[in-house]
Amino acid sequence: MIVNNDKYNKFKIPYELFDVTADIGFLAYGNTLNEAFENAGLAMFNIISKTDYVESIVSKKIEVFSEDYVSLLYDYLEELLFLHEVEYLLFSEFNLNIEKINGSDENNYKLSGTVKGEKIDWDNKHVRGSEVKAITFHMMEVKCDKICKVRAILDL
Amino acid sequence: MSVKEEIIKVRDNVWEIPSSYKSQMRVPGRLYLDDNGFENLDEGSIEQVANVACLPGIQKYSIGLPDIHFGYGFTIGGVGATSTRNGVISPGGVGFDINCGVKMIRTNLTQDDIKPQIKELTETLFKNIPSGVGSKGKFHLKENQVDDVLKYGAEWAVDQDFGWDDDLKFLEENGRILDADPSLVSDKAKRRGIPQLGSLGSGNHFLEVQKIDEIYNEEAAKVFGLTPGTITVMIHTGSRGCGHQVCSDYLRLMDKAYKKYEVNIPDRQLACAPVDSKEAQNYLKAMFAAANYAWANRQIMTHWVRESFESVFKKSADEMGMTSIYDVAHNIAKVETHQIKKFKQELIVHRKGATRAFGPGRIEVPKDYRSIGQPVLIPGTMGTSSYILHGTDLAMEETFGSTAHGAGRILSRSTAKKQFKPEEIQKDMSNKGIELKANTMPVIAEEAPGAYKNVDSVVKTSDKLGIAKLVAKISPLAVTKG
Repeated sequence: MIVNNDKYNKFKIPYELFDVTADIGFLAYGNTLNEAFENAGLAMFNIISKTDYVESIVSKKIEVFSEDYVSLLYDYLEELLFLHEVEYLLFSEFNLNIEKINGSDENNYKLSGTVKGEKIDWDNKHVRGSEVKAITFHMMEVKCDKICKVRAILDL
Repeated sequence: MSVKEEIIKVRDNVWEIPSSYKSQMRVPGRLYLDDNGFENLDEGSIEQVANVACLPGIQKYSIGLPDIHFGYGFTIGGVGATSTRNGVISPGGVGFDINCGVKMIRTNLTQDDIKPQIKELTETLFKNIPSGVGSKGKFHLKENQVDDVLKYGAEWAVDQDFGWDDDLKFLEENGRILDADPSLVSDKAKRRGIPQLGSLGSGNHFLEVQKIDEIYNEEAAKVFGLTPGTITVMIHTGSRGCGHQVCSDYLRLMDKAYKKYEVNIPDRQLACAPVDSKEAQNYLKAMFAAANYAWANRQIMTHWVRESFESVFKKSADEMGMTSIYDVAHNIAKVETHQIKKFKQELIVHRKGATRAFGPGRIEVPKDYRSIGQPVLIPGTMGTSSYILHGTDLAMEETFGSTAHGAGRILSRSTAKKQFKPEEIQKDMSNKGIELKANTMPVIAEEAPGAYKNVDSVVKTSDKLGIAKLVAKISPLAVTKG
């Protein structure tokens, strides 16, 4: 079953994958930082699987605090990976809100929101992609000019 | 000017990056490569070897081995040894897959014995040893049990009847580093570890049924119990999500620590802390715990390999002589004593994509093998040969008792998928008489032998240099892949 998700048709390209010899990288775009981070989640689950086949059945609330935008991206992707492995879920829908808060120096940025997906069913429904071992800091970038762009490399 | 022009050829297969290359370098860099390997080496890797040479307390050389390639901060195929007196510890020098390693089991079966049932054997192994993305072990650990796995490693597995007491004699560290402290492993890492214990994972990890094809050193082969023509099994996997999370957790912590301790490093990914700091000590003990998890993981699979053979051949594992050859870690940092000039020094030896290759006489080498040096297990790629070498005195002198760990990727996964058709690879393997079972077709193309450096040349360079000497060549008969 292919799930059509209008949200991600807004962008011509929500994300692009690029080659790294042993691993894989992606650039995710958005009109806002929220959208760019949402598309980063989409990119990661299209590396692990194909999100077209992942329905939004289970909903998970996430909340991440970090010291800067790059660390926030790292911690967010890691949180998704954690939920994927521990709860055995794939995600295909991401609704996020990123804000600067007056926390301690170490936690000035907050990401909160909901991610939706479903339990993994490799045998009947989902496409097996690559296992992501970890998120790396290598060339990691978060940048907003006219549009927002985030870059990450995943260790496979 | 090209970086390579600044590199000096010390002797055949040995190259030096002088410490004048970068102002922060504390020691020279050493590259152990043949002429062809040096010619093809990318400048990024050279830069990374030079960067590691900048770490406080680094001893002798920052080392690049014959399979060196570009990594994150540290190269893969590299060794960095720092003094426990004034050095640093860096999680990047171990990598995400803590104690990724290789285990080998011998049998007294021959190819003729298994030939009629090789298909059934492959299917059984594939079924009994879970693999692939998001693979879970077949049992579910209880939350309080994971601490025991982290603390006792392979010992825990044997206590739970996954294997034999004698298995523990033939593992690096006997499958358990005593200084491991599970309380320093985050709940997140433990929770990732619980469902995955007893699973292979994906990517370059594999399980292989093999045959001892060629013996290069009869005396060493005899000591290692390798009989030409007999069947062996190789398991290549690591600490799964548990170890990946330990690395991630401490990378984040070290990113703060190196600023706090004002450690001057040329690349953020070398983030580290002084050996005696709380951050470094905590990482070390958590990393040891993840290493123990990996040894438990490979031990559990050893048991399932034996069960699979028993169910297919209707004989006991004991009758089939399925004892452990050895188990090596190729992503780890250890506290070791090495001779530097006239003095014995205690060091933190970071090996990332490097195999320990301790020579004869070292107490760490199992008694039965001590006259020869430890077995060095170097896995090939899907469908290519693997090798067993032995550690040497020269490795002790030159590379802190280390050598290469395998082939190393040269093509990205997507390039490999464009260049190779899975059906053709399958056909090619079956023409060579190799059974192949993978979870998906794309993984077959991604893991095509052509996507990797030639392991034969990596091994030959190690042998020529003498930082490990060839004992046996092992050829694949059946491969299961994530």
